Amino acid sequence: MQNTAQVVLLLVVLTDLAILGTSRLSSCIRGLATQGLLLGLLPVLIAPQLSVHAVSLAVGTVAVKAVALPWFLAWAIREAAVRREVEPLIGFIASQLLGALALALAFAIASRLPLPAAQQPLLVPVSLATLMIGFIVLTTRRKALTQVVGYLILENGVYLFGLTQTESVPFLIELGVLLDIFVGVFIMGIVVFHINREFDSLDATRLTELTD
Amino acid sequence: MSGNGLVALVILGVVAPAVPGIVVKTKSLLTGRRGPPVLQLYADLGKLFRKGTVYSRTTTWVFRAGPVVVLASLIVASLLLPLDGRAAPARFVGDWVAFAGLLALGRFALVLAGLDTGSSFEGMGASREVTIASFAEPTLFLCFLALVLSTGDLSLSGMLGTPLAAAWPRAGASLSLVGISLFVLLLAENSRVPVDDPATHLELTMIHEVIVLDHSGRDLALILYGSALKLALFGVLVVSVFVPRAGFSGPLAVGLLFLGLGVVAVAIGLVEAVMARLRLARVPQLLVGAAGLALFATILQLQ
Repeated sequence: MQNTAQVVLLLVVLTDLAILGTSRLSSCIRGLATQGLLLGLLPVLIAPQLSVHAVSLAVGTVAVKAVALPWFLAWAIREAAVRREVEPLIGFIASQLLGALALALAFAIASRLPLPAAQQPLLVPVSLATLMIGFIVLTTRRKALTQVVGYLILENGVYLFGLTQTESVPFLIELGVLLDIFVGVFIMGIVVFHINREFDSLDATRLTELTD
Repeated sequence: MSGNGLVALVILGVVAPAVPGIVVKTKSLLTGRRGPPVLQLYADLGKLFRKGTVYSRTTTWVFRAGPVVVLASLIVASLLLPLDGRAAPARFVGDWVAFAGLLALGRFALVLAGLDTGSSFEGMGASREVTIASFAEPTLFLCFLALVLSTGDLSLSGMLGTPLAAAWPRAGASLSLVGISLFVLLLAENSRVPVDDPATHLELTMIHEVIVLDHSGRDLALILYGSALKLALFGVLVVSVFVPRAGFSGPLAVGLLFLGLGVVAVAIGLVEAVMARLRLARVPQLLVGAAGLALFATILQLQ
């Protein structure tokens, strides 16, 4: 199981890098859905023995991160008729290089963190890398929708870090977090919809004036 | 040095022109066409060797030396690969740098020959070839670095030989990343589809083919054979990473190598059938992505 978990964690990093490198919003969302599915597999793979807790966490994660959110984002791009991220603040090549740098940094930091020994040594570095890559997407892209994707990647990083402690976190809190994200993204989707109606584009840099 | 290695080297030299043939055949069959015979390149080479060579008056000895240097550098590079899965005919510490250098030398000679014609087409192709190479070469070095770190051996014979087989159980993830990265490199270095379309003969879309527009007769035959050999060499690299053959008996290891080479050729054909050529501006991104994979493999080994 531990080996499979390792492969899944590597695939999570690959989806991170793929999202960094693509300009098409639909492939961004597909990458995000794949990542959600991989994250859903992890609690089952990492748990020492199969428990109701791990399985229900997995089912909840897949339902929210791999099905509901991607479906909602796909609906949003269809409504807003945006296809591509044009001219991000940092180009795709540069952001991929930044992502590689973040990856190196994550592994360097993770080996120095004073953490209790985890069962899965890759978990902490991959979570830090996902966190940083989420930050990069969130801050360097112009379209509001890609920023939502960045926020979700960031959240996936937090989720991965939380997996090191699955045994000690009550199930209800985890469900609460999932619900929180769902509602958060729902609100963001509505905001995105309104930005689009107001400005005929999803360019978040146009949101400079505050009026009522 | 075993006899198997030398036999494999000779076989590699003989079957190399069939590799592009398999690629084209796969692509044609998958896209619903019949396609040229697999052995078409042999016929082309035979025809070109019988033809005379035409030299433009603006060209100098640089142009004539080009094809010879290209082929010679590739043949020497093939001596460094452990074809029988154990040891190469020539091996020394750090021979992977020599391998990359020999590939670069071949490219340098080809580009110079292209520039020597004074044609703007060839100059354009040369510029593109070098641009792509400048992204491809760091990736190749990163791949070798990850291999060195995972096997602890500083020569190609070790990196792709016995220590590699021992490294797979503990560094499998990292090695498969290296393999994928090498496959992308293979596509880029050999001007295959997502990077260049060898089927087009419009000067504006092609990279490798445009440099050799002025070559004819025997020179062109040498260059065509050279590119087939280069494709086969990269194929051998990919196969060697994915299938460490040190555990098998000599003839079986050689057989597996050529079987793997066939599979790689079919895989290239598959990529060509399902993908379109990327815009030139997007090509560096693909190669940076491949470099990212290799870097990730290296980081995994370092931790």
